[in-house]
Amino acid sequence: MTEFNTRTIDSGVVIIRPTGRLNMVAAPVLREQLQGIVDGGSSRVVVDLSATEFIDSSGLGALISGLKLTRSAGGDLRIAAPTEQVITVLELTNLNRVLRAYDSADRAFDD
Amino acid sequence: MPSPDADAPTSPWVRLLIVLSALAGINYLAWRWIDSVNWSAWWIAVPLVLAETYSLVGTLLFGVTMWRLRRRPAPPGPVGDFTTDVFVTTHDEPLDVVMATVEAARRIGPRHRILIVDDGDRPELSATAAAEGIGYFTRSQDWRSTLPHTAAGRFRGGLMRTDGEFILVLNAGQIPETRILESTLGYFNDPQVAFVQTPHHHDVPFADPLQRQSARLDRVLQQGQDGWNAVTFDGTNAILRREALMHLEVDAYVRAVERDVKRTLAAADTIIRRAKKTAGQGDLVIRTALDGVGLAVDNAWRAVDRGLPLGDITYRFREQVDAASRSLVEADVTTIRADLDAIAALGGGAESVMTAAIVDDAALDALASRDWSPLGALESISTIIRSIDLADDDVAKPTPSAAAEDLATSLRLHMQGWTSIHHPEVLVHGTATDDVHTVFPGRLRLAQSTIQVLLQHNPLLAKGLGVDQRLVYFATMWRLFAGFAALAYIAAPAIFLTVGVMPVHAYDWDLFGRLIPFLILTQALFLVVARGRPTWCGQYAGLAVFPMLITACVAAVSSMWSGRTASTVAPAIVRRGLGLVAWQLVAVAVLVVATVVGAVRLHLGATPILGIGANLLWAFLDVAILSTAIASVRRRVHQSAKGVR
Repeated sequence: MTEFNTRTIDSGVVIIRPTGRLNMVAAPVLREQLQGIVDGGSSRVVVDLSATEFIDSSGLGALISGLKLTRSAGGDLRIAAPTEQVITVLELTNLNRVLRAYDSADRAFDD
Repeated sequence: MPSPDADAPTSPWVRLLIVLSALAGINYLAWRWIDSVNWSAWWIAVPLVLAETYSLVGTLLFGVTMWRLRRRPAPPGPVGDFTTDVFVTTHDEPLDVVMATVEAARRIGPRHRILIVDDGDRPELSATAAAEGIGYFTRSQDWRSTLPHTAAGRFRGGLMRTDGEFILVLNAGQIPETRILESTLGYFNDPQVAFVQTPHHHDVPFADPLQRQSARLDRVLQQGQDGWNAVTFDGTNAILRREALMHLEVDAYVRAVERDVKRTLAAADTIIRRAKKTAGQGDLVIRTALDGVGLAVDNAWRAVDRGLPLGDITYRFREQVDAASRSLVEADVTTIRADLDAIAALGGGAESVMTAAIVDDAALDALASRDWSPLGALESISTIIRSIDLADDDVAKPTPSAAAEDLATSLRLHMQGWTSIHHPEVLVHGTATDDVHTVFPGRLRLAQSTIQVLLQHNPLLAKGLGVDQRLVYFATMWRLFAGFAALAYIAAPAIFLTVGVMPVHAYDWDLFGRLIPFLILTQALFLVVARGRPTWCGQYAGLAVFPMLITACVAAVSSMWSGRTASTVAPAIVRRGLGLVAWQLVAVAVLVVATVVGAVRLHLGATPILGIGANLLWAFLDVAILSTAIASVRRRVHQSAKGVR
């Protein structure tokens, strides 16, 4: 599994953009990349879900573990622009109350 | 007409002849194997002794078939008010031939409906049927997509369009007597009777002895089969019980589903093995998931082997896959909750919630459901799940097997415990010409599809048949391999007469003293069961048409492998005119040359005189039998030339 595209914006926030299906195969990759980002000193991370067409429980696990990592490091993990299936899963699991979805990845930390 | 004493048991004389000819045959052949094979010329000695073994087995099977030779008395009248549909089946017969059968069918006794089943899909026949107010159905539209290996499948369209309790099947050109239903429906008072087959009869007898005697022998064989409840359905001149055909269709559906499930499970085994290999040692989660599904597949196999209901098996399989999926989800959710607890412990987050509120049972179910299951990540596994679903929901998708196998229909009916009747009285009269160009290919197709039935459902192992029925069915199929034996019977005398190589140690009285009683007893048996009329052309028809039988065997086997149907293979090998008997002509030429050479050698003082003389006689008999096939083609070619069909 190839890595997901990441970029750092001016504010120092790192944006990672998983594409395709965030499932049992892809979730470990996301986990490792998030770990790498936090280890590299960035604790403010946006997961841009605009290209994530599907998420399952392992994908959710990766997001929450990323949230734990960033919080432990004093930062935060936010998600942006989820697609329809992802929204449905988040609502169903009540995790939308943990992970609020922002419209734009670039402005997720603007508050 | 059946005689008054018709249902009397088989004559003890017939049974005595069966026993004596069997004993004489076994005595001869045991000696042949033990004491007479000339192993130094094994290349002809072994084929010949194998051919003789084949023939003896054929004779023994004939004896079994004849053991309960049965000529039924007329049945009682039908009880109750039955409804009947008449299916007039046609392929490419001229319209007037089809309509002649339809007209005759209209005059048949009790109320009934007529339906033309047209393989040829001819608009003009459809229009004629409409004008006459008769049902028309062209099965080429959808019969391939249904169940071609059963008559139920063949007639499915017709069965769906009609509702008569019984179905009279008539090929175009067959003219039924008006009393055909009154004369036969009484058999169905017995609720176990699935079909009644009536004889084939041609008002104008076949001109050549090969056809005539083969037909005569077929009737005797059917009477024998009747005694064992193993009558074969010929595809025409028969009355069938709709219920029995529908049973067949249901049965075929279940088989198709079972085949699909097995195929899917076999594919699943491969998929899981491959997926494990690519997953490697590293990914424990994926390997565990694969193991879970692998276990479900193993369990499903065991259940299939134990013969549990397929619905239960697929249901349980899905349950186990779902359980594997759920355990993955539960593991993820446990981790998520632990992470959330850890986050809450860090304090502060405005969005902190009670972790218990996260992922309730309903959400867990949804995450584990087939749409969202983590197992779906493994493309391989979602393929398995999808195909199991298909096997469950889809209408049977039969593999294209042999075309219209009427024999398979009767075999399957017997396997299901139905009873068959051979009604000995002629109730349908054939008017179609016995044009060799339709007769030969027809026989070829019949031979081919019969062999395919043997290969597909070995009657010796078929479930639901009695030992007796198995043997009788096997006898039917056994006859069709005569083409290979014929090669040895033609080659052996030709080789001996020309180059003097003997397949036996000696052509002496040791041999003839054992062979001749066997031959005489066998001929006596045939003569008695055929009530004194000759059938030897029929007995040796296998030799006369040996190239056709070999072609049929080869085509049947190759079409099994390639998955093509019998009907698509047969026309390709049909030649016209004397080309039909090209190989017979070659064999005759070889034998004639061998005879001349043998005669010259005898004249020059070659010995043994007895051996050469016997082989000259043998070659002569071969030529005589082969000539019947050649003559039947020549006669037809001659008639065609004169414009007589």
